[in-house]
Amino acid sequence: MVTVKLFGIAKEIVGGSTLTLDSPVANVEELLHYLRERYPEFAKLTSLLIAVNDEYARPATVIHDTDEIAVIPPVSGG
Amino acid sequence: MNNSFTKEELIRYSRHLILPEFGEPGQLKLKKAKVLVVGAGGLGAPLLLYLTAAGVGTLGIIDFDEVELSNLQRQVLYGQESLGQPKIKAAVERLTALNPHIQFNLYQEKLTSANALEILKGYDVVADGTDNFPTRYLVNDACVLLGIPNVYASIYRYEGQVAVFNYTGKNGNRGPNYRDLYPTPPPPEMVPNCAEGGVLGVLAGIVGSMQASEVIKVITGTGTVLSGRLLIIDTLSMETRTVKYPKASPGHEIKELIDYEEFCGMNKSLSPFEVKEISVQELNTLLKTGQDIQLIDVRTAFEHHIANIGGDLIPLEDIVNQIDQISRDKQVVLYCKVGIRSTEAILHLQNVYNFTNLYNLTGGISAWANEIGKPG
Repeated sequence: MVTVKLFGIAKEIVGGSTLTLDSPVANVEELLHYLRERYPEFAKLTSLLIAVNDEYARPATVIHDTDEIAVIPPVSGG
Repeated sequence: MNNSFTKEELIRYSRHLILPEFGEPGQLKLKKAKVLVVGAGGLGAPLLLYLTAAGVGTLGIIDFDEVELSNLQRQVLYGQESLGQPKIKAAVERLTALNPHIQFNLYQEKLTSANALEILKGYDVVADGTDNFPTRYLVNDACVLLGIPNVYASIYRYEGQVAVFNYTGKNGNRGPNYRDLYPTPPPPEMVPNCAEGGVLGVLAGIVGSMQASEVIKVITGTGTVLSGRLLIIDTLSMETRTVKYPKASPGHEIKELIDYEEFCGMNKSLSPFEVKEISVQELNTLLKTGQDIQLIDVRTAFEHHIANIGGDLIPLEDIVNQIDQISRDKQVVLYCKVGIRSTEAILHLQNVYNFTNLYNLTGGISAWANEIGKPG
């Protein structure tokens, strides 16, 4: 199962710093769909950086079970 | 003067001068460099302290705030004696005491689309330590337009981000910028700031110091600049990761500066028939707590003299002749007897003169008399 690391406000939305998906996702687009379906507040985050193995991922980027996924929303504090 | 060091400077910077890949050439580059630090808060404090100590020749500081007690938990540039002072004033006193060789350019104002290009122009590097999305997009876009590298950092609770945007590498290619990472801002309700979300004080020190380190690398050409990579640090797990990211394709063409508050959804444009309302209770509270607001009475002079609650008299029929009497940068509350004339005035001012800061006192003077008490 894929485990996702969460940063910034994504932690609050999910209620933890990691999330283990309970159904498979083939790519980043499906991951986003998964997140928005279970946590509707993700739909409001129009700019969301998803990293797969520490590389910027596009919607079509394929996700494997062993990949390291990070969800990184923008933060603005200073 | 700019091409050599005094004996005092040679001793002061001696640990840099003996540093491999740095030496006197690196120190001279610092001395000749002009860096603008946007925001003298949590990130600005370590940035300014280390850039001053390191010997960056010219440092611009832009901040319009004053030092508050709740700042001292992380903004180590300031002390108890700075409370209530403008940040730039307190900062320059402390920094000059640290290193008298630095030229400081001070801007006690808010960076806006109107002044950004003028202020940023001429700086070699900009370091963005602001605390809000509109200013972050503004700084990014202005740097792209002017071709200035933007050393960015941002903090939230226990986490920080650092990156160098718009950096022209040794191959002459310009690296990605903030919009390649985050093309659009999140809506305001998804953005807790430090005041609402909290922030670990020492995080500002860690991340601001990383930012200072990247500024020094950009100037001296030492090492590999954090361009095309976003560094993320989580102090709870004490883990860092560096995410590589490319320029977006298609890219985001930045042609001019825009209204960034609107871009970030801060002041949604009002429809031509929409007026913001304030109740007499709300107004009473604002006045009692000493909020800086302008009150305008749009009734006739005769009505104004019979009963008024302290507003400036600008009768409705005269309002277009007195536009310059109406503030554009603070909350302005307009009122009349029951709220009809003031609504008319606001619609006209919004639609023809583009005011966005006007509020109608719901129910006017009559509501005030009924709910608060007899006006004077």
